[in-house]
Amino acid sequence: MKLLLAGARVIDPSQKMDVVADVLLENGKITQIAPSLAKTLDTKSSGKMKTIDLASMIVVPGLIDMHTHLREPGLEYKETIASGAAAAVAGGFTSVACMPNSSPINDNRSITEFIKRKAAEAALANVYPIGAISKDSAGSQLTEFWDLKEAGIVALSDDGKPVMDAALMRRALEYASSLGLPVISHCEDTNLSGGGLINEGYYSTILGLRGIPSIAEEAMVARDILIVEFTKTSVHIAHVSTAGSVRLIREAKKRGLSISAETAPHYFTLTDESLQGYDTNFKINPPLRSIDDLAAIKEGLADGTLDAIACDHAPHGRTDKEVEFEYAACGISGLETSLGLSLQLIKNGVLSWPELITKMSTNPARILNLPKGTLKSGADADITVIDPQLKWTVDVKAFRSRGKNSPFHGREMLGRAVLTIVGGEIKYDGR
Amino acid sequence: MKFEKKDILGMKDLSVEEINLILETAESFLEISTREIKKVPTLRGKSVINLFYEASTRTRTSFEIAGKRLSADTINISASTSSVVKGETLIDTARNLEAMNPDVIVIRHSAAGAPHILAKLLRQSIINAGDGAHEHPTQALLDMMTIKEKKGKIAGLKVAIVGDIMHSRVARSNIYGLSKMGAKIVLAGPATMLPRNIEQMGVAVHTKLEDAIADADVVMMLRIQLERQNQSIFPSLREYSQHYCLNRNNIKLAKKDVIVMHPGPMNRGVEISPDIADDPSCSVILDQVNNGVAVRMALLYLLTGGNE
Repeated sequence: MKLLLAGARVIDPSQKMDVVADVLLENGKITQIAPSLAKTLDTKSSGKMKTIDLASMIVVPGLIDMHTHLREPGLEYKETIASGAAAAVAGGFTSVACMPNSSPINDNRSITEFIKRKAAEAALANVYPIGAISKDSAGSQLTEFWDLKEAGIVALSDDGKPVMDAALMRRALEYASSLGLPVISHCEDTNLSGGGLINEGYYSTILGLRGIPSIAEEAMVARDILIVEFTKTSVHIAHVSTAGSVRLIREAKKRGLSISAETAPHYFTLTDESLQGYDTNFKINPPLRSIDDLAAIKEGLADGTLDAIACDHAPHGRTDKEVEFEYAACGISGLETSLGLSLQLIKNGVLSWPELITKMSTNPARILNLPKGTLKSGADADITVIDPQLKWTVDVKAFRSRGKNSPFHGREMLGRAVLTIVGGEIKYDGR
Repeated sequence: MKFEKKDILGMKDLSVEEINLILETAESFLEISTREIKKVPTLRGKSVINLFYEASTRTRTSFEIAGKRLSADTINISASTSSVVKGETLIDTARNLEAMNPDVIVIRHSAAGAPHILAKLLRQSIINAGDGAHEHPTQALLDMMTIKEKKGKIAGLKVAIVGDIMHSRVARSNIYGLSKMGAKIVLAGPATMLPRNIEQMGVAVHTKLEDAIADADVVMMLRIQLERQNQSIFPSLREYSQHYCLNRNNIKLAKKDVIVMHPGPMNRGVEISPDIADDPSCSVILDQVNNGVAVRMALLYLLTGGNE
């Protein structure tokens, strides 16, 4: 089976490519990229090749979201691996990494294998499980990193529950480094954030909602940086939301430490000002921060301090959100709005096209050691086709995700994925 | 003037004109409570539900009496938030109440924003009787009515609010309301009780009681919630009372004709010394309670279209 993607602008930061060209896919692999490939192939190829005209479209290596919650096993009313994978391809993602906080927690081989089997059955996006750092993510005893790795995890994290014990975090980073497994840190000092609901600042004050101070995040970012420096290991900082974290990570990188970091679209799109209506769809952790933090996140993206954009896809059921603000669950169903929101960074001059694709594909693949994020000849044919001019309106009723919890419902967007190809097969066609 | 608001959720949302209308209406209702037969037929046939998710004696009783003096049927529902977390949701409770066709629902809830959920969902008028640490608009209105009654005006007065501002819905509502009416507001409390960026609400902030009450026309003392001691926002009641208790000595710093207010219930000897609380020459604490009934009568009247 051959597929020819004809006439699009092809952007692949992994080989510094940005050209108008045709892309040939054969047997699930990328085999050729060249201008006017269609003409040369026409003369000799058999009729089995399907050509898709993509003039004015943009072809990029399949997008990768390295921070999602797919909820299965255990919380299927929020999301299943199949519905999450469907949301992924609809949002332009060919691969997602899923956090271990299902029920039970993915802290052992059998859960990892279950997730992989469900993902294979769904046969939509590639799903890469992330294993728990500590048993039951309880923060006291390490999980079996080797066993989990053999079962197929690509990273370790207790996401949602920070590793509060610094000694345990040190041991986790050291032990993981001997296996080459990335560790993703949810940075939140729970003594500082305890009971907090939104960013601590003017809005928490006038709304009478208990605040989560920016230092709750920053104190642990600083701690992890110190551990990395002392132990000569690596860490990836999840969902960076504050100016102080950006500054700490920037300085650490300048000193040559092996730190990588991600932020999520909501942190460069919304601020805590939007909490004024007590709309629980805006309740997330880390919380939406101030306008100064938002500006610092954009700077961090622009200067490379923040390596990746990951949406922290956190689908919830209606019962989790249709309650009093302080009882509501945290999180945004983000896979189907992530690209649209991130494209605004190009429009606003924060990032170039290649820079954005680096943060949404090349870098996540590099950080998680995935054989993805590239259009090099011989690579898996994971490709996202973006129509940069397509105007659309976010409608949660149209989400593939079971989680309809989005603060972006009704928002006008410009640009979206119109074709998502995984392993050479079209898994989403929104043309 | 026609009163256009469907709900009373907070002082933040009320205009100066609306506040004046409420206070004037309340003043006209004061007299009813002094009659031998304290009842007028104004709201006959109307029903008011008091939905209280938090313990309250004063506010609930005040709303109940307000409704009854206007001949409305008042129904009290005490719900506990613990059963709410596990049992019926607030939204379901509200929908059920709505189906019984009351005219006004008064809600008190420990979660900030709870009345806003009801206001958005229900066609009935909602009155916020206190939501978490957010707002308590009827308390601010009765405080403003009391200040106006004693001082003849609000504009230009210096009002000191002292205590746990962080957890106080009374403070927030009074800051919004009194600022709109032209008062100058000064806050005081230990830094652990002063919420971040509070000065952006247009108030002066001090950490010493003496600095705040100097030359004040009105001193409003807030109740210290004893359980906060466990949250390390202050070391002990003993130490707190030594530095933040309004007493005979420090009150001399305020204006000679200062009035002392407290939203109740008081912790005598903690935030206010008994001889100040009971001193009729400065304490207006019981006038506040009296005016509370009138303010709540005014709101029930205005929200049910009484002045149309």
